[in-house]
Formats: sequence, structure tokens, C-alpha cells
Amino acid sequence: MDFQVVVLAGGNSKSLTPLVSKDVPKPLLPVANHPVLYYVLHQLEESNLKDLIVVVEGEDAGLLVGAWISGTFVDRLHVEIAAVPEDIGTAGALRAISHYLTAKDILVVSGDLVSDVSPGAVAATHRRHDAVVTATLCCVPISGSSESGSSGGKDKTKKPGRYNIIGLDPRKQFLLHIATEIEKDTRLQKHLLHAVGQMEIRSDLMDAHMYAFKRSVLQEVLDRKDTFQSLKQDVVPYLVRSQLKSEAVLSGIRQAEEDGNEKVSFPNNQVMVSQILANASTPSFHELYSMDPDGSAQTRKTHKCCAYIASSSSYCVRLNSIQAFMDINRDVTGEADHLLSDNVIGPSPKLGTKTTVGPHCMLGEGSEMGDKCQVKRSVIGRHCRIGSHVKVVNSVVMNHVTIGDGCIIQGSVICSNVQLQERVVLKDCQVGAGFVVTAGSEYKGESLARKEK
Amino acid sequence: MDPRRTARTVSDPKVRQVGFFTPAPPERSVSDPPRFQDPIQPPSPSPTQVNDHSPSGNSLSPVMIPPAHHHSDNFLRTALQATSPTKAFSYSAKTVTIPPENEDVASSFSPGRKVVSAKSPSSFPGVKASSVPASELTTVSVVNLPPGISEKAGGASVEVQNDRPVSAKTLKEKTSKAERRALQEAQRAAKAAAKAEGTKASSAASKVVTSANTKPSKAAKSSSQKNDGSQVAASEKKGGDRAPEKDRKKDAPHPRMQYDDKSRVEKAKKRAVVKQTEARNRVELFRHLPQYEHGTQLPDLETKFFELDPMHPAVYKVGLQYLSGDIRGGNARCIAMFQAFKEAIKDYSTPPEKTLIRDLTARISSYVSFLIECRPLSISMGNAIKFLKNRIAKLPLALSESEAKSTLMLDIDRFINEKIILSEKVIVKHAVTKIRDGDVLLTYGASSVVEMILLHAHELGKHFHVVVVDSRPKLEGQLLLRRLVRKGLSCTYTHVNAVSCIMQDVTRVFLGASSVLSNGTVYSRVGTACVAMVAHAFHVPVLVCCEAYKFHERVQLDSICFNELGNPDAISKVQGRKEINYLDGLVNQENLQLLNLM
Repeated sequence: MDFQVVVLAGGNSKSLTPLVSKDVPKPLLPVANHPVLYYVLHQLEESNLKDLIVVVEGEDAGLLVGAWISGTFVDRLHVEIAAVPEDIGTAGALRAISHYLTAKDILVVSGDLVSDVSPGAVAATHRRHDAVVTATLCCVPISGSSESGSSGGKDKTKKPGRYNIIGLDPRKQFLLHIATEIEKDTRLQKHLLHAVGQMEIRSDLMDAHMYAFKRSVLQEVLDRKDTFQSLKQDVVPYLVRSQLKSEAVLSGIRQAEEDGNEKVSFPNNQVMVSQILANASTPSFHELYSMDPDGSAQTRKTHKCCAYIASSSSYCVRLNSIQAFMDINRDVTGEADHLLSDNVIGPSPKLGTKTTVGPHCMLGEGSEMGDKCQVKRSVIGRHCRIGSHVKVVNSVVMNHVTIGDGCIIQGSVICSNVQLQERVVLKDCQVGAGFVVTAGSEYKGESLARKEK
Repeated sequence: MDPRRTARTVSDPKVRQVGFFTPAPPERSVSDPPRFQDPIQPPSPSPTQVNDHSPSGNSLSPVMIPPAHHHSDNFLRTALQATSPTKAFSYSAKTVTIPPENEDVASSFSPGRKVVSAKSPSSFPGVKASSVPASELTTVSVVNLPPGISEKAGGASVEVQNDRPVSAKTLKEKTSKAERRALQEAQRAAKAAAKAEGTKASSAASKVVTSANTKPSKAAKSSSQKNDGSQVAASEKKGGDRAPEKDRKKDAPHPRMQYDDKSRVEKAKKRAVVKQTEARNRVELFRHLPQYEHGTQLPDLETKFFELDPMHPAVYKVGLQYLSGDIRGGNARCIAMFQAFKEAIKDYSTPPEKTLIRDLTARISSYVSFLIECRPLSISMGNAIKFLKNRIAKLPLALSESEAKSTLMLDIDRFINEKIILSEKVIVKHAVTKIRDGDVLLTYGASSVVEMILLHAHELGKHFHVVVVDSRPKLEGQLLLRRLVRKGLSCTYTHVNAVSCIMQDVTRVFLGASSVLSNGTVYSRVGTACVAMVAHAFHVPVLVCCEAYKFHERVQLDSICFNELGNPDAISKVQGRKEINYLDGLVNQENLQLLNLM
């Protein structure tokens, strides 16, 4: 279908500091015992997109991610890894691999997206409108904010500006305004409002960071505006802003099209053909605006920015904070369990007597648990050893964790290779990889990590 | 392969006459102006021939004109009559050579890469990256293909099913009937095996098989005289292979399939690309026509975007636009379809061990069945497809692939220019002479030809007034009105329910048409007959403007036997007035049936 897929699997993210490290880059952060990148790749595979480019920040991360992909998806996907320098942003990453992009349209997916929004639907919307950019918007999950209190009360880590202000046309097809951070006031363009007539401004939509771009335009914008760092904050708002005065962006393409037309031996008839085609459809405001007020000659160049709004039933969350990490872990094992194809409880967990594992739990293979343990709404990774009388509620325990007897863990994230000695009480904590918590200590709302030497 | 022929066995005209529509004088008035259409109308069938065919008519419909008019040569001829200045164009002289582009596409990704990607799986079975150089693309995971399968850009999984018929088909050039029969048995066995792999795969295979079966007869037909060619072919088909009849029926669901026949609908559903949920509450009289839950089709097709590998993106885009109503009107849909086909032909490359003529025809057929699933074809599109297939079948075998492709693309261009654009110009030139100063012209809906006539007359400086009559739910007339007003014409806009009030001021009615059938019936969007009858009652002359390529040899006695049903919800909603919601939630009631004829 002439689409290329670029997965932007950014390296380390500061908002996830204790969880991600050099050994575990962000794309490999396990969510319900699968690296978060797995969800994106799995979904792309399901929609028959098998040729992918995965962009990773940093060489080490590239090696790790590449090794993991080749181990997991060999024979199933054709993935190419591009390692780019760190801190050049999403736009910079695309700029770095720009010369590999050859297809007509590019689908850019963030590697930390956990969703079941079909990429095909986004691409189809993009194609149907012949748009320059199509952004995927999804409803902000209601469960995320309402249940977060019970799951640990990490509201302070949640950024208030995560949701965007988005302006749509009355038919909800075109993107008229996009502001990523909620500021005191946001500026709307008068001529745009005038052309459209009516704008719907919504703040309950979230940018899912799944974009379809027209390649030529994307490359031109990246070339021209070399200060642009981020797709979300620079490139997309720029394209949306300039959609009614896009001479700069589209001049090259239009030129090419006109050249192509002149080769045809009936140039005059071509005009009629295009006119018949144009008359057949309801003109969007772009076309109306580009016309002269009196005649039909197209004088102003425009381009279309579309929005694909995922239905409210679909699941779509980005893993960009610890809170989101907790939410996704809970949802993937719970209500959105269709995202995972395999079973929830691993093949051979060894459970002691009187140990209860509640619903919405996940136990990795080879984990052992002692007597009289309680596990509720938690994810426990592979090869963990959990002693007796341990209570794990609303938590994520990664692989190879040793938990001593009598520990109580609530709303916490415990990374790989952590050792919790006896009678440790953790509440709303994050424990970094390889940390050892001494016996009998109590922590509340802290982030524990080994000091980097 | 002539799906129309087989499908027609179902439609029994005796049953169809039950409807309330009789060829009454008002209807005549629609097709009345013979002085206008005579030069481009094909000769009407003689009644004796009609009688000849009806008793034998197992495969031929009782009411049908002789096959001489069946071929698109007929259209060519009539169009040439209509468009005499054609000679100015010399299309056959130029041959543009287009390099086979697919190879470029397949390999264009490779430059500047360290590890060769999986596009050449035979050379690198299962390469894994060992070192990751910075800022270079590295292949870390590849798809291993089983050996011996033709490589195609991206289409690895689909090709697997196709190689079975391929091996058989090379033998096929010169075989006797018995051999062909044996071959079919083998193919059917192969297909049964393929069916186990998945329904989609089997349908693809069967499509290839059926096309392979029927092509030899078509090739023979094209070389012999066209007059009795199709009859010969038909009889040959009937006598020679009765068994593949079943296979052939499995081919694309034809628009004239009887949708009240449950078993057929089930079969059609199985191979459909677009998920079609049938509307439950349908009007009794129109049960035989397809009607779907309209909301379900588009999202489902969208999610399948990347799964339809064999579909060309351009065709897919056009299909989406049909489905969402972005392209409307006979001419526009036809042109859009042909432009998509042109793109598809441009990107086409014959797979190894296949001949272009057969494979391309099969490919086009699959595109067409996809488009039908998006929206039933208009008659103009049917004619255009017939023309294209005929051109493909008639390609000389000696032609190289690039030559054949450029010939076909020129043919498509020529069709658009001659049959559509030029004939419109001729119609405009003629019709403008009917407009006098001080006229009040009425038009219904938005016809591209009528619009051109009005604009041209305006350019000539004639003074007249236009009444645009419109009807819900699509309100296409508003777009026409907008364009006319912008050009400075004086207009009146009204809806069809006020047509009898406005008609007394009108001096001429111009109507566009979707088709003109061989008995003179004009086939157009719903409401046109109403406007024409009102005009007749007021003794206002009616002129129907229809290009010759939209003519069809079909005879249809009423508008029930074949029609297109639109989204029934569209009529219960009023644009811009959300407070009108009386029918909300009543749609699934047993005793309410909404009918939205197109």
C-alpha cells in the first residue's frame, strides 16, 4: 500500500527514571512481562505491516533492542534498527533516517504506545482525504484518573498538561488546531476560523502519537525547519497552522504534478476531467478557501490535516510516566487483556499452601511463592522467589526478584534483580534494578535506586 | 468470463412485471426527445429476435438484444458518430515506453544499507544482524520465505496460494476439451486444499481458476467475428464445461445478484473483502437488492487497510471514496475508476509464468469486485470496464509488457477523452442551441453535462434563468447552485416537493441520466421521473442529456427489478437540524421499514 512504518522507540525517559536504566532502555521496559515495544510491533504485525524501521536512541540501546527483536520476531517481521544520537527529539530522529524513507506515505508510531487502534484505519483516513498529516486522537481513558487514587495515589507525578487542546471542524475530519501544553491562553487563527465557519474545541482527546505523513512534505518540513525537535510540539502544529497558506510546503509537489499533466496529450481535457472530479465531491473548506471569491481558479495553496478519532471503546495509552506504567500494567491484565495473545498465568508457577492469587494478576513462568501469600491485581515476572506471608497488591514485580518472608508491597514497582529482605513494607515506591532493601525497613512514596558509580 | 450473462438467468422478466410501474405516457416523455438523441442512439432491437431468444434462454435473458450490440465496438462506433472531430487526435502513433516500475520499487530501499534486507530471501535465508553500526539501518529480523516463490514487493504471503494454478496454466495454451476438464478437476482439488488454509486464500485461487477457464473461449471469440462470436462462446461454455459453472458463480458478486436468495448471499459474503452487514428491516418490494448497514462498512474496510495486499492503493482509495460518498455521479466515478486502473496498470508487472492478458484481466476483475462491494457499479462504469477488458483481451500477443501497458494506458486516456469529455462537448454544443433568451430552465439534482450546458450558454451571453430542483438527503443541487451562482447565473433553488408550483414558469427541463436503456427508458436518480412527469403535465419539453457510453442494452421494465438502495438512516436525519430525531431508535422496529432509493 506504499506505506512505510517508522517506530520511534526513544531511549531513556526521565519521567521513568528508577525503572529504566542502561540495561533496560525504555522500549524494553516490561509491561505485563512483555517489553512495551512488543505491543506496538505485535499490533503492526496483526495489521500485516511487516516491514518496519525501529529508531532507537543510543547505540547500546539499539543493540539491546535489536537483539530482543531478532529473538522474538524472527521469521515474522522484517525489522530494521536505526540507532540515532540521543536527545535529538522525534523530529531529529526522523531527520536522521530521512534518506531511507521512500514510500509515498509514512506512518510514524511511538514505541511506547499501548493501544488497539488499528493503524490501517489511520492510514485509510489519510489516503482517503489525501492529507498531508493525519493524527490519531483517542479519548482520554476514564479509568486512568478515577482509579489512580486507589492504585497508589501517584497524582503528583502525573503531569497536568498531558492532554491537548484540539480543534476540529464540524464533521470531525480535519484538524484545525493543536496545542500540546495547556497554557494560560492559546491563540487561534482568525482566517482559519473564518474559512471553516465553526470549530469544535476539545480537551478530552489525547494525541496518541501515531501519525501518517505524506513523505515529501515531511521531508521538506524537516529540511527547511532544522530547529524543529519534536513531531508533536513542532512539526504537527506547524503543518496544522499553515494548512491554508502552504505555498512554502507544497510548492514543489504541485509543480511536479503540473509537469506530469503536461505530458498527456490532451491538456485541455485534463482540466475538464479534474473539474468533473472536483465537482463530484463535497468541497472541504480547504477547496472553498483556495478558490477566488469570484472565480473558480485555484490561487491559494492549501493542504489538509486530518484527524482520526478512535472510537471510545478502543484502548490507547502512552507509557510516559510511572502512573501510566501502573495503569497499563493493570489494564493489560484486566480490562484490555485482548492486547496480549498468550495466557495470563505462566506455565509452572509453584504456589505454596493457602496462597491466593486474585483476578487480574499475571504470574511469569518459573516463579515460586511460599505459603499464605496474597497477590491482588499485580504482575509478577519470571523466576521470582517470593517467601511466605507476603502481600502484593497493585504492584509490578519484574523478573528475578527475591522477596523475603512477611513483606507487604502496595502500589509499587520493583525492577529486576531486586532483593527485598524480610519484613519490608513498601508503599507507593519504585525500586530500581539490583537494589537491596534491608530487612525490616519501611518506605512510603519513595524512589529507591542503586547509586550509579 | 461474462458475469452478466450468468447472473441474468436469475432475473425472470415475467415476475418483474408485477410492479406498479408501467410504461405509461409520462415515462415516454422522459425518453421523448428523439430528435436530440437519435444520432447517437444504437438501433433498437427488433421484436422477432427477442422472441427467438426467450425459449432457449437458459443462459440468455428473454429480453435481450442480439449480441452484436453487446460488444463495446458498438459503443465505439456510436461514439465516433457523435464525436466526429476525433480524427484530430493521433493516439496510436505514439508509443511511450514505460520501464517496469515494480523492480524499482522493490529495490529502491536498499542503497546505503549495511545488511541486505529480506527482499531477496533466497540469498539471505534468515540473516541476523551481528553488529549494529550507529545511525545505519540494520536488519535484525527477517521473514523467511519458503523457496521457489516468486518475489514481489511486500506480497510474500499472498503469492503462496497462487503458485498452484500457475504451474497448471502454462500447459493451458492448446488443450482439448477433455484435457481442460481433467485440469479443472485437478484445480478443484487444489482449491479444496487451499480452502483449508483460509477463505480469503481460496477465493483468490478460485478467481484465478475461473479466469483461466474462460479465457480461451474469449480469445477465440476476439479473433473470430464479433457478430456471432459471443453466441459461439456461450454455447461452447455451456456444452464444454458444465462443471465449472459452479466455480464461475463463485466469482465476483454481481450487482444483479438476487439478494433474497439466501444461499447465494451467504456465498458472496464469504469472499467479500468489505464486511457487509445486511440491514435487517428491508422493504418487501426491494428485498432482492443489496442493502447493508451503512455504518459498519467504512470502519471495517479501514482497519483492513494493510491486509489487502493484492489491492492497488489507487484502487483502494477510489473504493474508499465510493464508500464514503466522496465521489458521486456517473462520470466522476467512471473517471476516478479509470484513473485508478491506469495507476494500477502502470505499476503492474506480469508475474513469471503468467501471460499479461490473462493475469491482468483477473487482476482487473478482482479490483472491480472490490469496487462493487464498496458501492454497486453504475452502468457507465460497467460499460467502461467492459471496454477495458476487451482491450486487454485484444492485445496482440507479440507485444512486450511495457508496450502493452502503454497501449492500455493510452486506451484508457482515449476512453476518458473521447467517450466522456468529447461527447459531453458535443452534447453541450447541441443542447445550447435549444436555449433561447428569456428561457427558464429547470434541472434536477446535479448533472455534470447539464451544468456544462448552462455555463456554456451563459458564456455565449444568453439570458436565461435556472431553477435548480433538489431533493434530500444528499442535496447535490446545493453544490451545483453554488457553482452556478458563483459564475453569475440567476438561479432559483427549490426542493422536489415544490416542483409542481415552480413548473408553470419553466420553459425547458434539462435532465442528466445515469443510463439510457435499449428500449428508450431513461435510468437516473430517484425523483427524475417525478420531475419529468410534472413537466409533461405542464407541457414543458424535457431534454435528457446522456453520453453514449452510458447506453446499455439491458431492458428494464420498472425501477424495482434493479435499483440501488442507499443508507436508510440518511432519510431520517435532516442536515443541520439535530432536533428532528423522531425516528431515532425506531430503525430496528419490526414494522418500520425505511427506503432510500438512489
